Amino acid sequence: MLELAIKGSRRYWGLVIFLLAIIGVGFISYLYQFRIGLGITGMSRDVSWGIYIGQFTFLVGVAAAAVMVVLPYYLHNYKKYGKIAVLAEFLAVPSVIMCMLFIFVDMGQPLRVLNVLLHPTPNSVMFFDMVVLAGYLFLNILVGWTILGAERKEAPPPKWIKPFIYIAIAWAPSIHIVTAFLYAGLPGRHFWLTAIMAARFLASAFAAGPALIIILCLIVRRFTKFDPGKEAIQTLGKTITYTMILNVLFLGFEFFTAFYSQIPGHMHSFVYLYTGLHGYSQLVPIMWLSSILAVVALFLLIFPQFRKNESLLAIACMATFFSLWIDKGFGLVVGGFVPSPLEKITEYWPTLPETLITLAVWAIGFLVLTILYKIAVSVKEEVVFDKYGEKQVQTE
Amino acid sequence: MSMNRREFLKIAGISTILGLGGVSAVHGLRNRVEASQISPAPKALKAKRWAMVVDMSKFKKEEDYQRCIDACHQVHNVPNITDNPKHEIKWLWKETYEHAFPGTEDEYLSEEIKHLPFLVLCNHCDNPSCVRVCPTKATFKRKSDGIVMMDMHRCIGCRFCMAACPYGARSFNYKDPIPFINEAKKNLEFPTRTKGVVEKCTLCYERLATGLQPACVEASKGALIFGDIEDPNSGVRKVLGARYSFRRRPELGTRPSVYYII
Repeated sequence: MLELAIKGSRRYWGLVIFLLAIIGVGFISYLYQFRIGLGITGMSRDVSWGIYIGQFTFLVGVAAAAVMVVLPYYLHNYKKYGKIAVLAEFLAVPSVIMCMLFIFVDMGQPLRVLNVLLHPTPNSVMFFDMVVLAGYLFLNILVGWTILGAERKEAPPPKWIKPFIYIAIAWAPSIHIVTAFLYAGLPGRHFWLTAIMAARFLASAFAAGPALIIILCLIVRRFTKFDPGKEAIQTLGKTITYTMILNVLFLGFEFFTAFYSQIPGHMHSFVYLYTGLHGYSQLVPIMWLSSILAVVALFLLIFPQFRKNESLLAIACMATFFSLWIDKGFGLVVGGFVPSPLEKITEYWPTLPETLITLAVWAIGFLVLTILYKIAVSVKEEVVFDKYGEKQVQTE
Repeated sequence: MSMNRREFLKIAGISTILGLGGVSAVHGLRNRVEASQISPAPKALKAKRWAMVVDMSKFKKEEDYQRCIDACHQVHNVPNITDNPKHEIKWLWKETYEHAFPGTEDEYLSEEIKHLPFLVLCNHCDNPSCVRVCPTKATFKRKSDGIVMMDMHRCIGCRFCMAACPYGARSFNYKDPIPFINEAKKNLEFPTRTKGVVEKCTLCYERLATGLQPACVEASKGALIFGDIEDPNSGVRKVLGARYSFRRRPELGTRPSVYYII
């Protein structure tokens, strides 16, 4: 099926070249970082993780979120997701690849990365994270590719793939739970030391991921003949509504525990993020932007008359995605380091090369996504009817 | 023997997997062996668990602190990075009471105590969270004497240990440290580090192996008391038995091996 990726329209190649250009610029920035060290980033002795690890954390969630489509489809036989299941699985693949790249660019000694396998350390959550991420990548490539291959031949998927599908469904939440455990088990980091961290991670992931899937579905429908189906998009919209409500609730629980208990250590990071602490308030504007976007998203999602309007749903999805991207891809990580365990404040903001490297990793993700979606959409355009006999190609 | 491409790939694939499995099994066994399993020198200082008592009453002048810090940083080639405080590297340093012991300061604590600098370093915890999180065992607790060691050649620079340490005891080489080491005072007996690795106090394991006290202890003129906390007759145990002592953030369960007396 790979050959489908090298036959494309001008627009397809234009996008590929655009992404390659961003990757090129980021790669040069990475060479600079490789030579000088992580000192070219905004990170410091006190804030020792920054946007790289933040993006990694956020993207693990996006990867895990494929399960929100795959589970209803395979376990509950929800046929409307038949058309988009492969889109969800193929979103998980570049997401995991981006996760791995973000870990890689964050390492001080990237050439020693295989030490993690050479000296396996089961008591380290990071070791587990690597194992579950690699496993999840494998499962999604395997399942997505096999199912799409079967669809192309207009044959039912082979029986042996079933167990892998079920394993992938159970595996998806595990990657995000393990990622939450990176944070939730560290003494002296009050902001992260919370039992609800994993639950919060799952809720935000299951909102941000499907939001991105809807946006991608709308883009695919706009630019190709493949139609993901109105109903599939609407159902996914309901999923986002509930998970986003849960996410905001969970954040509220954190606020309650911190501010009702009045324990200074539990309040400090929240105060820093939302109002500023001792005159340091660099993150306040973006945290409020995140909050406003969350309110806008919820407003549009909760009322069915807005949600059913696809343009408004698209706005809601973008608001959800960016709200959570700020909250989890930035605030959550930096907030854990400010103030430091010694109650000192060092602020963090990514530098230009750091930003270019971050953009390049995203561009690599989008490139992989573009290629995978190109293949999937080409197959679907050819097959015309999905396996339930419903038309999946738009009529002119 | 004839073989088609498909069969060849199958056999090649399976042998690769078995080969990799064998290699990791061998490494699994090798990991059980400690890095320095050679018989110690007869002069070497030994203990079941090393500990240190910082007697703050003996730190009176700026010079009393600096002597210890300089001794440590010089003997370990710790770079003196002054151009960007974000990249600072320190193994032993001063921290005022309110920062060294956050959450314990009282509202009407005398300004003198509040701003009193305490000498702080890696606590060589009995239950170290940094060791728990390290994905490569680059930082590990030495079984023989409890020192929390650092293998700077194995460290991949993920900085998970820095997030896990509640004492801010770990520094990361954000850039090449060599230009920041005073060439004239460089200690050729101790390795310098590369960029991209984490470092911290290792309780002068290299000096203990040759029968010397840690550099800071030697320079402290009795203000730092060092010994085996599991030996009831050791200097540290005698001080701890006689005077009121406290540790940094004991509520976290890390069980620090560095004690303070005022």
